[in-house]
Amino acid sequence: MKEDERKPTKPPSPRGMSRRKFLKGVGVGSSVLGTGILGGPLLPEAEAQAASAKVFGPSAVPIELTINGQRRSLKLEPRVTLLEALRDQLELTGAKRVCDRASCGACTVILNDVAVYSCSVLAIEAQGKNIQTVEGLARGSELHAVQAAFVENDAQQCGFCTSGFVMSVKAFLDKHPNPTPEQVRLGLGGNLCRCGTYAGIRKAVMDAAKALPASRNRSGQGGNPNA
Amino acid sequence: MPDYKWPEPGTTALLGKRLNRLDGPAKVSGAAKYTYDLKCPGMLYAKMLRCPYAHAKIVSMDTSAAEKLPGVAAVHIVQGPGTEIHWADDDIVAVAAVDEPTAEDAIGRIKVVYEKLPHLVDERDLQKAGDRAKRSAEQVTGEPDQAFLDPDVVVIEGEYGTSVVTHCCLEAHGQVVEWEGENVTVYPSTQGVERVVGQYAEGLKVPAANVRTLMQYVGGGFGSKFAADRWGLACGELARKAGKPVKLMLERKEELEVAGCRPSVYTRVKLAAKRDGTLVGWQSEAWGAGGPGGAGSPPMPYIWAIPHQRKVFSSVATNTGPARAWRAPNAPQGCFVTMCAIEDMAAKLEMDPFDLVMKNNSLLGVRAELYRQELLKAEELMEWKKKWHPRGDRSPGPVKRGLGLSLHTWGGAGHASNCEVTIHPDGSVEVSLCTQDIGTGTRTAVVIVAAETLGLPVEAIQLHIGDNRLPSSGSSGGSTTIGGVSPSTRRAALNALEQLFNKVAPSWGVAPDQLEAVGGQIRVKGDPGKSLSWKQATTKLGVMPIKEMGKQPGPGELNSSGTAGVQMAEVSVDIETGIIKVNKMVAVQDCGLIVSMKMSESQVYGALIMGIGTTLLEERVMDSITGRMLNANLEFYKLAGLADIGELVVHMWTDPEQQKRGPIGLGEGPMVSPGPAIANAVANAIGVRIPTLPLTPDKVLATLEKGGLA
Repeated sequence: MKEDERKPTKPPSPRGMSRRKFLKGVGVGSSVLGTGILGGPLLPEAEAQAASAKVFGPSAVPIELTINGQRRSLKLEPRVTLLEALRDQLELTGAKRVCDRASCGACTVILNDVAVYSCSVLAIEAQGKNIQTVEGLARGSELHAVQAAFVENDAQQCGFCTSGFVMSVKAFLDKHPNPTPEQVRLGLGGNLCRCGTYAGIRKAVMDAAKALPASRNRSGQGGNPNA
Repeated sequence: MPDYKWPEPGTTALLGKRLNRLDGPAKVSGAAKYTYDLKCPGMLYAKMLRCPYAHAKIVSMDTSAAEKLPGVAAVHIVQGPGTEIHWADDDIVAVAAVDEPTAEDAIGRIKVVYEKLPHLVDERDLQKAGDRAKRSAEQVTGEPDQAFLDPDVVVIEGEYGTSVVTHCCLEAHGQVVEWEGENVTVYPSTQGVERVVGQYAEGLKVPAANVRTLMQYVGGGFGSKFAADRWGLACGELARKAGKPVKLMLERKEELEVAGCRPSVYTRVKLAAKRDGTLVGWQSEAWGAGGPGGAGSPPMPYIWAIPHQRKVFSSVATNTGPARAWRAPNAPQGCFVTMCAIEDMAAKLEMDPFDLVMKNNSLLGVRAELYRQELLKAEELMEWKKKWHPRGDRSPGPVKRGLGLSLHTWGGAGHASNCEVTIHPDGSVEVSLCTQDIGTGTRTAVVIVAAETLGLPVEAIQLHIGDNRLPSSGSSGGSTTIGGVSPSTRRAALNALEQLFNKVAPSWGVAPDQLEAVGGQIRVKGDPGKSLSWKQATTKLGVMPIKEMGKQPGPGELNSSGTAGVQMAEVSVDIETGIIKVNKMVAVQDCGLIVSMKMSESQVYGALIMGIGTTLLEERVMDSITGRMLNANLEFYKLAGLADIGELVVHMWTDPEQQKRGPIGLGEGPMVSPGPAIANAVANAIGVRIPTLPLTPDKVLATLEKGGLA
């Protein structure tokens, strides 16, 4: 019987595939997202294959994260994303959940020098890495050059995408200290803004690139000391 | 009584200057707390079970398994058995639990039986809409039949349309609600901190006096965040039942499906002009849809007072998420249809559309001369005359270039506003009003006006907004905020200053009106020897502060309405791939007196960028079989990215005449023209008209197959 002929009928799942269910389904350490850090895939068939592997969860487990240079101990379910851990447990709310599936960049944080979508990284995967969030970028009241350039060029309106954008720009400039406009165009395509602040952001990136050599040695606390 | 007027042009210290956004540092450092970021002790998280069908009746439901799930604190039925549901993903049952995963698990345990009903989600073919289409009475101006029969006129016929687009606020709709006895505090994500008070009071059945609403930052609204909404009231009921604060924010999918959209418009147009380009006749049959309530009729012909007109509009009720005001409601649609038809007429007459628009300048009414001047400025910034070519770029190679233009208007008069300015004896200053900064820079603008008036730096002002216990100051919508809060703040500051002058003047033996506040000093005009620092002056207040109100509307001419604006676009179209690139856009925009230059420019840049997205990328795609939205996510509901925007030139029109008008709202006008400017540039490039937005590559290629350069 076709779906639209049923009447009355039971509803299909009201939700599509969420990021959480997806991550939960493939499991950390499975062949899909394997990082080698942890075992314990959650699919039944995979579970059987990896019966000897170390299993985490499903209930809360103690973990340790290094965030903005500080070690933080937490207890959370393995299905909790890095974004949720930051926001709900550590009250670091600069990173935002917007698309919840690695499309918009509002949740961007820097993991060992690489800008990542924290909505699509499990908190337990981030153990042993340097996690830098927007809250760790400024030194007291002195803004990081990227932040200062965002303010100066009014590269923000409602501000909801701004934290993620600032982190993407920071990671981008660390890799491309003297970017061409074309590099900026392509390198920062992974963050979305609804108010339309890209004109200011483009200028801010170039201004920050100029300002950074002077301040590069004192980039925000918690940055990788080997960078 | 103070002399209520704006400072003379050229005499200001802060007003109209390039100051930075005052909440910029908070936003770039993650310190700005949005509703979505709030966490109260013991707070629960709520999720909503939503209807999977576009049109259905609820037969029965069983929530018992959800209620029994450990961690679930409250279940609230929003729409129960017997209710008819009119769009997919409408609210059915809300659940509050200790965390989001538990709330989600609980939602999955609720059983609802629906009876499916026939739905309509695709309005593109008016014939198929049947009795869902409500046809309005035909509007006739002049003698359109005769105008079109005149053998000396040239007539073009065209079909033009714009798809439904969503608001897609990055901070989804939602709120936190907390009860304390019979008093309720709501932290909404809203464009109207005060406006939602009455809705919560009515919905939660408490006196409005018991409702407190608080919000400091909101992650976008664009017209969609004026209501408490059914989910807001459900959140309130959950919090009451659970006896704990509850947060309910929409998921991305829900935000796109149910939290606001801009209605579509589809039209068949006939336009008549004399051979010299003079527009004489307009005829249009239009229809559009924006959910169960249908769609508003866009203004057509937009801004041009074409003498002979015949037009009819049908509003189609669809089983889709309801429309909400979307930046310049109805105007982008009306402007698109009109300016595209005018461009097509210019092509038929083999005229440069710039000349055709100039030729018809007198049809633009009171702002005709301003439009003329702005067109000339835009021409200069785009180098239009140098670059323009007749329709169809005949140069070799697959990449074709073209130019397009459009004109727009918006009212932007200020809303009612009350502001209180407090000057303390220690010299500190507070400015208080219940407005909200939705990203437009309202916070910065109010402080600039207060500081300018009091002769102080912006750092000297402490601003209080976003709290319904502050003086009433309206919602942020319809581009009414800047024209509301600036005059009320100016009047309040002038009133407070008058009181301060009254205290200080006697010691110099001069009349209070002989004093001025400049550069952090109170001094006698024209007598530099007689001055006190601000702080010395305020110590003369003794122990009591000055508290003065300012109102809008009020005495003096501090406010007006009505703006013009011109935009031009230059595009490249690859006729092999169908991909359109916006190379450059020029916007020339007036908005009366500019309070903050950076934030004014940002508004226009933002409008251009949002306009590029709605023109090239954005479209709500509905599935006729299931009645669901197919692209309710950010992978397939495409917002413009940094790579999509090209060179943008914004020129704010700031002649002394404008400065005398007072501040006029800017959020909407510049949002009207990007669609037609870009679409006209594409037609100019490839030689044919792509009838509907968005201008996706498949449409470019399909249109080229029927004609044009391919």
